[in-house]
Amino acid sequence: MQELLNYQTVLLEGAWLTLQVALLSLVLAVTLGLLGALAKISNSRVLRSIATLYTTIIRGIPDLILMLLIFFGGQILINNLSYSINETLNEYFTRSDVNHEWYSYLPDYIDVSPYFAGIMTIGFIFGAYMAETFRGAILSVEKGQIEAAIAYGMSKKKIFFRVTFPQMMRHALPGIGNNWLVLLKTTALVSIIGLQDMVKIAGDASGSTQQPFTFYFAVALVFLFFTAISSAFLKRLEMKYSIQTR
Amino acid sequence: MDFSIIVNEYQFYLAGLWTTTWLVTFALILGLGIAIPMGILRGSDNKFIQFPIWAFMYFFRGSPLLVQLFIIYYGAAQFEWLRESWMWTYFQEAWFCALLAFTLNTGAYTAEIVRGVISTMPKGELEAAKAYGMSKWKILRRITLPNSLRRGLPAYSNEVIFMIHGSAIAGVVTIVDITGAARVVNARYYAPFEAYFAAAILYMCLTFSAIFVFKQWEKRYRIEQ
Repeated sequence: MQELLNYQTVLLEGAWLTLQVALLSLVLAVTLGLLGALAKISNSRVLRSIATLYTTIIRGIPDLILMLLIFFGGQILINNLSYSINETLNEYFTRSDVNHEWYSYLPDYIDVSPYFAGIMTIGFIFGAYMAETFRGAILSVEKGQIEAAIAYGMSKKKIFFRVTFPQMMRHALPGIGNNWLVLLKTTALVSIIGLQDMVKIAGDASGSTQQPFTFYFAVALVFLFFTAISSAFLKRLEMKYSIQTR
Repeated sequence: MDFSIIVNEYQFYLAGLWTTTWLVTFALILGLGIAIPMGILRGSDNKFIQFPIWAFMYFFRGSPLLVQLFIIYYGAAQFEWLRESWMWTYFQEAWFCALLAFTLNTGAYTAEIVRGVISTMPKGELEAAKAYGMSKWKILRRITLPNSLRRGLPAYSNEVIFMIHGSAIAGVVTIVDITGAARVVNARYYAPFEAYFAAAILYMCLTFSAIFVFKQWEKRYRIEQ
């Protein structure tokens, strides 16, 4: 117990990092989800198939594999790309000027930070799940409402922001809430790509104190605390939105 | 990009595919085994039965599977009585810890599905069956089970897919499952893109076969109208 108190500040910092990653991923996920849902119900066949491909691929691959692929694989891909761009540019300039010296137009080594890769991956994954949620919610908005808006002469953008979006949120909230709870737990994976989140700190601490159970159990309790608070908050939010339905 | 590495090292991936498959299958079977009694007892009137089941389900559904695995795999060593007991031979093994963590996790999620299915069981059907003079077992076999399977299957198929995806963390605790195989190949050749891409393809095959099987199953239990 005493060891746990010694690590209190570091653990709290880790918890804060976990929350940051989760919230930033949520923002990305909601944005991607909205775009995905709009693409799914659009008239364009290309957009529809891109969105379907996106949601299908995400549902088939585990989050950890995607994270490792983006963090380690993405790093190499970006650096290879940057190198080949440098190479082409240099070749081009050598052709026109024999005295041209090699110059790195793009940085030779781009470091993908685990923080960035983690948020990107989690946001990208949950964007697919959000797209499904939003698609269902948009479809559950009564057609008459949208027809009325068209009859009023509202523009497409105005219809979306004034009519579809506010009504859709009511139907989407339970789904968003569920996705958020799963997303929160998924953030534990960022410890594997080396981010100093709660789980990683607990791992380091249990190595030096020989008390792995105490530390990991404490981390689990913090996660339970986050979930409990989120559930309570979501319940209130849902109540607030359902009152307006009569 | 050089995918010949993957072709050369296919036996790692094959072994990984096998490990993932049996790990997930056993976890699902054992998990279902503990989920059914838990789901039924969750609705019990006895507080002393209801509370521990609630706490168990709350803990395993509310915290990350990775943390649960670490609690079991690393945490077990903290207790001397455990280290000195016969159980230590099992807790030393990564595969046992992973199987235990996965079983308890999927058990908690499945218990929630079972509870939901039971609490929404149409009463009229049971009363009608009773009125026909069916025995308790016959009611369970002919009415309760087919009805529950029909309503529970879509949620359960989701749980199975989550378990397949969740099992990827087994590779973190030295198990050579599909993720573990990719890590080994990556460590040997430093080809992360190829190594993890191959793993992604294998997981996709597993997931989509599971989805296919469940779709067929759901079709079988659909009510003909």
